[in-house]
Amino acid sequence: MSLVEPHVLSNIVVAVLLGGAVAAFAIARRSDLWSQAGRELIGRRPIAIGAIALFVSVAMLDSVAWVGGGGAAGNVLEQSRPRSVVDRMFAPDFKEKSYSAPLADIEFYGGADLSHPGSHLLGTDILGRDVLHLTLKGARVALLIGGLTSLIVIPLALLMGISAGYFGGRIDDIVFFVVSTLASIPTLLLLIALIMVLGHGPVQVCVAMGVTGWVGFCRIVRGETFKLRELDYVQAARALGVSEIGIILRHILPNLMHLVVITFVLLFSGLVLSEAILAYLGIGIDGSWGQMIDQARDELARDPIIWWNLVAASTALFALILSVNFVGDAVRDILDPKTLGEGE
Amino acid sequence: MLAYIVRRTAYGFVVVLGVLLLLFALFFLYAEPIEMARRAVGEKAPPEVLEQWVVNHGYDKPTWWNSESPGDTMLVDHFRSMLTFDFGRSDADDSPILERIRAGMGPSLSLTLPIFTVGVLLGVGLSLFVAYFRETYIDRMGVVLCVLGMSLSILLYIIGGQFLIGKMLRWFPISGFDASPAVMLRFLALPVLVGLAEGLGGSIRFYRTVFIEETGRDYVRTARAKGCGDGRIMARHVLHNAMIPILTRVVVSIPFLFTGSLLLESFFGIPGLGSMMVDAIHGNDFATLRAMVYIGALLFIAAQILTDIAYTLVDPRVRLA
Repeated sequence: MSLVEPHVLSNIVVAVLLGGAVAAFAIARRSDLWSQAGRELIGRRPIAIGAIALFVSVAMLDSVAWVGGGGAAGNVLEQSRPRSVVDRMFAPDFKEKSYSAPLADIEFYGGADLSHPGSHLLGTDILGRDVLHLTLKGARVALLIGGLTSLIVIPLALLMGISAGYFGGRIDDIVFFVVSTLASIPTLLLLIALIMVLGHGPVQVCVAMGVTGWVGFCRIVRGETFKLRELDYVQAARALGVSEIGIILRHILPNLMHLVVITFVLLFSGLVLSEAILAYLGIGIDGSWGQMIDQARDELARDPIIWWNLVAASTALFALILSVNFVGDAVRDILDPKTLGEGE
Repeated sequence: MLAYIVRRTAYGFVVVLGVLLLLFALFFLYAEPIEMARRAVGEKAPPEVLEQWVVNHGYDKPTWWNSESPGDTMLVDHFRSMLTFDFGRSDADDSPILERIRAGMGPSLSLTLPIFTVGVLLGVGLSLFVAYFRETYIDRMGVVLCVLGMSLSILLYIIGGQFLIGKMLRWFPISGFDASPAVMLRFLALPVLVGLAEGLGGSIRFYRTVFIEETGRDYVRTARAKGCGDGRIMARHVLHNAMIPILTRVVVSIPFLFTGSLLLESFFGIPGLGSMMVDAIHGNDFATLRAMVYIGALLFIAAQILTDIAYTLVDPRVRLA
């Protein structure tokens, strides 16, 4: 491995994210606008917010991992593998040989006795892995797709959009050309081409989705910045001799933050759904719900059918996307009823 | 007007060149030929097999500059082959790409054309209906149903459709394709239904917002004050004035008629451009991928130019200098 073990990196990321969330919360509490918006959002969509909080906590718990205390006795390979909090909620040898129905006592094919009869709440998959465990682990992948991609999309779109809208002229021409070039390639085709070239893997998929995703938001930022820079208080700041960077950081950027929040929420569900399509094409991220659905679809053709892994993965996916969509609508209504159109 | 069309087309051409440059950067600079060969032939292939693959597919030329014959570089080759639609042969099975694109267009269109036309009519019609009942429980129900529909993955629509209609009810065959029209209709029914169901939620919600925005305008109040009925206001005044956003959405989705739907075609066994794409992904067929991305972009750019020109036709206020 490289300098940092993946699970250590993951722990650090969780710590940074938690710190960031606390900091954002503290800043938002000081501002009337944001704390009021937050209260209104929770009042309007309590169930959806609760569901998202649940998904986020599962994903966080699955990201905190450490070595030791697991694995079957004597199995050195298993024992040296880091296990997350979610992994630790299941026994280390909580596996069967193949399919078994939810809460069954015997294997689905052959009828041999299970090693953990009646304890697999959602059954097991073709390799005998517990479906509930896999479904919980999928939450982390889904949030990784949405989160990491947004971390690429939002700063890039802000940088390009603000510089194009604020400085105009040659810079605007160049940004506009790049944006129209990227936007003129059908998204799914560009996404596939990028992943084929970059190679498979979670980071590559998120980078590819970032490259295809920043264009739309960049256009919105450019348009908003264009309007903002003509406003009186920006002119006043310029007349007082505030530097360009100062104007952008103090007067332009804060006035774009509501767009950032709205875009993040609306972008998220689209990204997770696109990953499901990529999973079917065989270029998705390992362990995602899309991949589980893809692996399960052939089993429907059999008789008797194996439905539990398909139902588990698609219910989890549907519940997350639905909650995010409902919250996204509410966020847009609360923060900005006018600027962003629906749909594209 | 003519000057505008010429200028708009010229800019479109510049964007096409931009797309080609991007493709060149991705497929020739970022992914090195030997790396592509390794993916296409296999990780453990001996070096001479990889070299041979690179030579056979014409990836062994100098990238930027050839001092012996200046026109014989990969950059020039790439631009020339794309701009003259001479895509050469597939990296996977050596079949001529252009022939396959021609052959795939028919099946793709026979799937996407019904989805497109019925989808637009159904979407506009239903959203007019929902917008007519705005602020009532019908409208609220409609919006909730749309969000529910949008939250389902397309994979689930396809799997659900194949399972319920194809396997349980046995109304239509689960998958397959046939060139003779009568048989083709039976095969196309299910994918068209699934494609319609999948797109409906998003489009109704989009059109509904457009219509609701229009109904708040002054001319609607004027029409009502003059005694115009609600139904007539919706059908004549609002629909007419909402044409620009509708047109944008419709024209921009025209390229997808040709590139087909990757998932629908591949799940339902329709031999169109979509399944050609899927084959190209599985076979690491970079030449076909390049050609498909290029054609998709070309159609999209053409559609955008058409939209801009169509604006002037539906809305006399839009003046293009």
